[in-house]
Amino acid sequence: MSTTLLPTNEPTREPESRSLLPETRPLPGWMPWALAVAAVGLSVLLLLALGSLNLPLAVVVSVPIFAALVGLASARLEGTRRAKDRIVTVVVYTCFALAILPLLSVLITTIQRGASHLTPYFLTHSQRGIGPRDEGGGIYHGIIGTFEQVGIAALIAVPIGLLVAVYLVEYGRGALARAVTFFVDVMTGVPSIVAGLFVYTAILLGFGTTPKGVWGGLALSILMLPVVVRSTEEMLKLVPNDLREASLALGVPKWKTIVSIVMPTAIGGIVTGVMLSVARVIGETAPLVLTVGATDSINFNAFDGPQASLPLIIYDQAFRSSPYAQDRAWATALTLILLVLILNLVARGIARWKAPKAR
Amino acid sequence: MAKRIDVSGLNVYYGSFRAVEDVNMTIEPRSVTAFIGPSGCGKSTFLRTLNRMHEVIPGARVEGKVTIDGEDLYGQNVDPVAVRRTVGMVFQRPNPFPTMSIYDNVAAGLRLNGVKKKSQLDGIVETSLKGANLWNEVKDRLDRPGAGLSGGQQQRLCIARAIAVEPEVLLMDEPCSALDPISTLAIEDQIAALKEQYTIVIVTHNMQQAARVSDTTAFFNIAGSGKPGKLIEMAPTPKMFSTPSEKATEDYISGRFG
Repeated sequence: MSTTLLPTNEPTREPESRSLLPETRPLPGWMPWALAVAAVGLSVLLLLALGSLNLPLAVVVSVPIFAALVGLASARLEGTRRAKDRIVTVVVYTCFALAILPLLSVLITTIQRGASHLTPYFLTHSQRGIGPRDEGGGIYHGIIGTFEQVGIAALIAVPIGLLVAVYLVEYGRGALARAVTFFVDVMTGVPSIVAGLFVYTAILLGFGTTPKGVWGGLALSILMLPVVVRSTEEMLKLVPNDLREASLALGVPKWKTIVSIVMPTAIGGIVTGVMLSVARVIGETAPLVLTVGATDSINFNAFDGPQASLPLIIYDQAFRSSPYAQDRAWATALTLILLVLILNLVARGIARWKAPKAR
Repeated sequence: MAKRIDVSGLNVYYGSFRAVEDVNMTIEPRSVTAFIGPSGCGKSTFLRTLNRMHEVIPGARVEGKVTIDGEDLYGQNVDPVAVRRTVGMVFQRPNPFPTMSIYDNVAAGLRLNGVKKKSQLDGIVETSLKGANLWNEVKDRLDRPGAGLSGGQQQRLCIARAIAVEPEVLLMDEPCSALDPISTLAIEDQIAALKEQYTIVIVTHNMQQAARVSDTTAFFNIAGSGKPGKLIEMAPTPKMFSTPSEKATEDYISGRFG
């Protein structure tokens, strides 16, 4: 007998089952790098074929080629979802690079051309008695002027801005609050030269007075105010209502709740906002052109006589033909950038120090 | 200390919407009164009218009369700030002041009302934290931020903060709803102790909690969405949970609806 009575032990065919978690082989780690090299190579070849090879163009062309190559390879090996992820990653990093490029370029150029002239002597001497073609002199008078003008602007804009923000967040209801918000938005968009012209016509022409540091500060405060209002408003809005209610329920009057509970809770953000508004106006040239006058001498008194300022010095020196003047302009620009940087670091430090801590 | 609250003909409106209709009740001093009822029936809204905290909400207003030991809460010359010093409040979510230490949180109500003397503050902070059953847990770290405590400890800190200003009445709006059972138990024990001194009104969604802590229970209900909430029945807690006189109360308590 060729067949046995015993059941055959042939393994039964398992029905074809689709795994719930299909395994995918991830792209090997070296692959993106290899594709990047390939993309650069391809773009160089392409540009050679077109007869217009230069480095920046090669970089620009290789990015989309790289995205396409990575996308294709990934779609092949890993599936379309990961392929999309990789392509979007390339796009995001490219946009980041595009955004950071001008900033880096400005920074590097300014450091290259200004660093060597940024000496203690430069920071502690004025331009007094320095002829148009002479070497030497410094920007001490501009540093004094900028500090005083921005200080005056902050003295005007910060208290008003804080109070407007408190009004908008804590008290403002209805048409008046909407109108205030609207005009703050409009002020945000005011071109800086308009602020200067306003002070020029309203104060200098209106009262027949002469350019002084204080008028520059006034013009800057117009630009500063909306920034202070907006940032403070956002910060106050972030304070949870629970805290206001907790304080009110203790029988604390509303104004005291705002001063003692709401403001301290938001102080980190408020300080950051104020510092950013200072950084916003410290480099403004246009409002100062018509309002502070210009001088090569040190003038500590913002309320009497013309005053210099850093942006005006840059503007003035950069247009002179003397190479020494060009150097001074770059060094002044670098000083201004460093000032803004220091202000930002200080703001961050204060924000971190004052931020509510959990433990 | 503790005072009696009388409410008569009280309606609460949000704009033109009537949220609570015609409440009449008496809350006895040195007792715990629990408000129960389905969500949206106006019990929290009503609770807020007892210390005028509803006025913080734009558009909210009240008709009717609330008196505390005969004094009209809504009288012409009554300052809401003074009302809130007499009638304290603890909220649903623990809300210690994030910029302040444990000590400063408890002292906040007094400091912001002008008490400056260190020795006086020290004493009150200690008594309040003991009253909130938190002293032993935090006495060695009074200078640490209040926000660093656990949820249950934070809520007890908020209770300590509320009793530090020595109110007559303490309103509690679902004080345990964000807490675990052990913290809840700690707070319930504390409510039992606090009632020796204060009149306590507590809103709760937890019927066992109402049964455990309260002397009197008030049941609020709502006929449907868009309709105002009403006080259905108010009676001593044992009676409410055994032989309520209203069918709706029985249905709600036995879990047949809501």
